Amino acid sequence: MSAVLNEETKNVLVSPLIDNNPITLQVLGICSALAVTSQMSTSLIMAIALTSVTACSSATISMIRNHIPSSIRIIVQMTIIASLVIIVDQILKAFAYEISKQLSVFVGLIITNCIVMGRAEAFAMKNPPLESFIDGVGNGLGYSLILIIVAFFRELFGSGKLLGIDIFPLAKDGGWYEPNGLMLLPPSAFFIIGIIIWVFRQWKSEQVEQPDFKILEIAHGEGGAH
Amino acid sequence: MPNENKKSEFIEKLNPYVEKFKVYRDKVLALNNDSLEKTIAIALSICFVCAILVSFSAVALKPLQIANKAYDMKRNILDVAGLLDEDTDVDQAFDSQVDAKLVDLETGEYVENMDVDAYDQRKAAKDPELSVEIPKDRDIAHIKRKAKIAKVYLVKEGDEIKSIILPIHGYGLWSTMYGFLALEADGKTVQSINFYDQAETPGLGGEVVNPNWRALWRGKKAYDESGEPALVLVKGTVDPNKPGAEYQVDGLAGATLTSVGVSNMIRFWLGRDGFAKYLEKVRKQS
Repeated sequence: MSAVLNEETKNVLVSPLIDNNPITLQVLGICSALAVTSQMSTSLIMAIALTSVTACSSATISMIRNHIPSSIRIIVQMTIIASLVIIVDQILKAFAYEISKQLSVFVGLIITNCIVMGRAEAFAMKNPPLESFIDGVGNGLGYSLILIIVAFFRELFGSGKLLGIDIFPLAKDGGWYEPNGLMLLPPSAFFIIGIIIWVFRQWKSEQVEQPDFKILEIAHGEGGAH
Repeated sequence: MPNENKKSEFIEKLNPYVEKFKVYRDKVLALNNDSLEKTIAIALSICFVCAILVSFSAVALKPLQIANKAYDMKRNILDVAGLLDEDTDVDQAFDSQVDAKLVDLETGEYVENMDVDAYDQRKAAKDPELSVEIPKDRDIAHIKRKAKIAKVYLVKEGDEIKSIILPIHGYGLWSTMYGFLALEADGKTVQSINFYDQAETPGLGGEVVNPNWRALWRGKKAYDESGEPALVLVKGTVDPNKPGAEYQVDGLAGATLTSVGVSNMIRFWLGRDGFAKYLEKVRKQS
């Protein structure tokens, strides 16, 4: 692989994992991160579905990027993304029926996931297909990483299980663990994502945003137009 | 190989058209991106390609999806009848032991002159021809319309009926919950309940699918002495020594509205808008 992946493409693949993570830094795709993370199994399938859609849509859009009229470019991107999502949904219904029942509308909602659109518009419109594909995979994996971390805590503390296997025996089944009901509700994902963002920014302080406005000190004179 | 000859002949015939297409394609691609012609050409061709891909995947995977759905339904029916083990052959067990029947809810009689396998109660409930509106004051399950004809399943051992499986549905907190209620041959005693389609809060209302909770239903009485539907979910735990305990099931902890929804749904489907007439007939026969 190292022959294919030079330094720059490797960066395209790896940087969305931590340094430029779509959820924690770009704050995209939060909606589905709240909705499907109450169990590890649904999160994993969602992660795979989103990664493949992002990668394939970025590659396709990049292939025709030089011929997309700018006036209809968003709708062209949406058409391609929507078609891919429908295909993924159909495949899930055919080969993973149980999981597709649990994910219900959320697979369809990949269409509106900002990560897919964001990468198409920000990267694929300006870069060749292979790089766009890798960028899609990278961002998909960055999303997957956060989804899986959130689902890990929500499933473990919300129902005492991981991937459906009992880890903490529940009090109602004669064990000792009283599950935390809040963890099963979508707002808990906000708290966990917030904590993840905090940890990331403690670790990589360059992610901390500059304040939008600085209070001017009058002592410095006029200081109006910088 | 005559077939191959035909193929190459066909391709040769197509060749001029392909060449023409290439000429047009190059012309279009050479146009200015922002010109009207190119915008329309790109829009049309994107739609064309995407439509082909989407319809191809939908049509090609349809048989698998239908098989999945049917298999899932059979599994649920066997499950509520208590016939499902880890290694049950679902299709074989279903075909040998379960009998689907159509019941006219108005009269409680079996409908014999319709194709049972082709009938879809969920679809029928939306069809104005096949369904009736439920008066607001009686619509306790919040389902608005119901199919005139319901599809019930009888589990038989030889000629003897082992269980009667009734399709039920009603509104919980977030979603319409679809499920089955299995009664014994006396049309009164509950064997089991399950829900195959619901979107209640996972871990709270979603616990309607929890096997431990479902096990509490076994042996409860659906109707009281006077023949009125009596089964309800109560808050907290049912005290088995108190009178009326046989009509009560523990409510779901932390899911009051889902529990109310389940109670209402049971009351509706056991009542005169539901299967009351049919079950009366069953009780008389046994």
